Amino acid sequence: MAASCRLKPLSCVAVSGGTHGNEMSGIFLAKHWLRNPMELRRGSFAVTPFLGNPRAIEKCVRYVGRDLNRTFTTEFLSSTEAEDEPYEVVRAREINQTYGPKGSAQAFDFMFDLHNTTANMGACLIVDSEESLLPMHMCHYIQTHYTRSPCPIYLYKLPGEETYSINSVAKAGLTLELGPQPQQVVRADLFTQMRDLMACALDFIELFNKGTVFPAFEIEAYKITGRMDYPRYSDGEISAMVHPKLQDKDFLPLNPGDPIFQTFSGEEILYEGNTTIYPAFINEAAYYEKKVAFAKMEKHMFSIPGLQRE
Amino acid sequence: MTSCYVVHEAPVRRVAIFGGTHGNELSGVFLVKHWQENGAEIQRTGLEVRPFITNPRAVKKCTRYIDCDLNRVFDPDNLGRQITEDIPYEVRRAQEINHVFGPKDSNDAYDLIFDLHNTTSNMGGTLILENSRNNFTIQMFHYIKNALAPECCPVFLIEHPNLKYATTRSIAKHPVGVEVGPQPQGVLRADILDKMRKIIKHGLDFVHIFNEGKEFPPCTIEIYKIMEKVDYPRNKNGEITAVIHPSLQDQDWQPLNNGDPIFLTIDGETINYEGDSTVYPTFVNEAAYYEKKQAFVKTVKVKLNAKGIRSSLS
Repeated sequence: MAASCRLKPLSCVAVSGGTHGNEMSGIFLAKHWLRNPMELRRGSFAVTPFLGNPRAIEKCVRYVGRDLNRTFTTEFLSSTEAEDEPYEVVRAREINQTYGPKGSAQAFDFMFDLHNTTANMGACLIVDSEESLLPMHMCHYIQTHYTRSPCPIYLYKLPGEETYSINSVAKAGLTLELGPQPQQVVRADLFTQMRDLMACALDFIELFNKGTVFPAFEIEAYKITGRMDYPRYSDGEISAMVHPKLQDKDFLPLNPGDPIFQTFSGEEILYEGNTTIYPAFINEAAYYEKKVAFAKMEKHMFSIPGLQRE
Repeated sequence: MTSCYVVHEAPVRRVAIFGGTHGNELSGVFLVKHWQENGAEIQRTGLEVRPFITNPRAVKKCTRYIDCDLNRVFDPDNLGRQITEDIPYEVRRAQEINHVFGPKDSNDAYDLIFDLHNTTSNMGGTLILENSRNNFTIQMFHYIKNALAPECCPVFLIEHPNLKYATTRSIAKHPVGVEVGPQPQGVLRADILDKMRKIIKHGLDFVHIFNEGKEFPPCTIEIYKIMEKVDYPRNKNGEITAVIHPSLQDQDWQPLNNGDPIFLTIDGETINYEGDSTVYPTFVNEAAYYEKKQAFVKTVKVKLNAKGIRSSLS
């Protein structure tokens, strides 16, 4: 049995709402917390709320120039200021300066990022990889203490890929991805759920900071292996829709031969992979332009070592 | 044999199907684009059916509109406005559409226009009626409702002195709105597209049967008539301070009684409906209506009669 790992207690923690300006649960919550920060206080730390992309929020769009949540790579963060650069590049550098610099000792200890999806992903917890010990323990705590609905874990980093998300600026991070919710809409049920999940996560940090020993455990998580685009005509327009049998079936097994798309003439297109995979982000509105009909994942069981504070 | 309760109506020869009036309501966009390539499904003998994308620039950007809502600018002022450099794109577009499919209120206007929309509200497959005295349209809706039964097909009457708006389809003699939800903006759901497709199929079947000479006896349909819009509670800065209550969310067309919850504040406080009588809310939590200051619309259930109709050429 692996020995417990020891990490420093968390003192600098932030939460971004509105990294995408039309994903409303996080925007509403962040605006509320900016007026009433008490809800984000615990005995040993406090969380700093902020609006990820204020210009996009004002216009109620995902982004103004480019997707902010894809802009935290070295290329953009270390680029020199230019006249015609997208707003989000400027904003990414500001965020990196305030909550980073990414990869440095001064960076914030932890950052939460609040998102919604049009896909039926429920209360999904997104972590970069199973090797991020503290976020994995936080997910385990949430799963065992928030029992109103399942909280599947999605590990988003592909091997060899550089991290690009807003919370990669901090030393560790967790994204809450709640759906389905249309863009620009606030559903009371998801808003309440997001708030309760955050409260649960903060309870975990408080327990961790106070010295609680968290033993090793086994946990099921979904790891991304690739992305599937829509079938398209030669002009780039989509030529088929997500099949009704796949629609809303996030995190359920997709087997070779199962239908995945339906053309406008009613023909079925079947999944041609060799093995069962688990799809997520099925029919996410923002992913049509990113050429993603759904993300493909494998289900794994990971052994996570114990954790306590230094 | 014709009775005095049967009206002779002109045959319907020129039909248009509009998609993309709002560029991010995708069922109509993709159905129209498909029918433009492969129109067999929408053809019927004896009539011309023209599929058409009304707001191509908004469709390209997958946004509701570029400058202003196309579905609000078919009033006489905007249709008659002088074209200048800075005229909103949608007003210019409305005049072009009026030129091709209108002119509105003239004999040259198209007979029938189906205007395809989606909503984020849980409205199912709703048919929108503009005029309570349009026997032809009411008969068509009666036909469609029967064809789709037991599936529900609510009919929403937007006739109202202040609340009626000048829609794209209003240039036709018989305007028909088809509003299917729930579907997020920018998303194409196969089940929603299929529902919309069925409604159009039955609508076109009706036109064909009518043109062939069938007499439709007087009928009565239950409809929901628009009464009032309800905005979100807001603070003095105009910001929304409460959201649609979970008990009202997704409950379009269900009865709302005095004392029922309608909003939930961020502090967990419930705001209840205060009214003298039962109303039937619709467009509950429609994304595009936050800026139009509309959380939901109150309607009342009414029975609407249509005279019998028969094509005047039969």
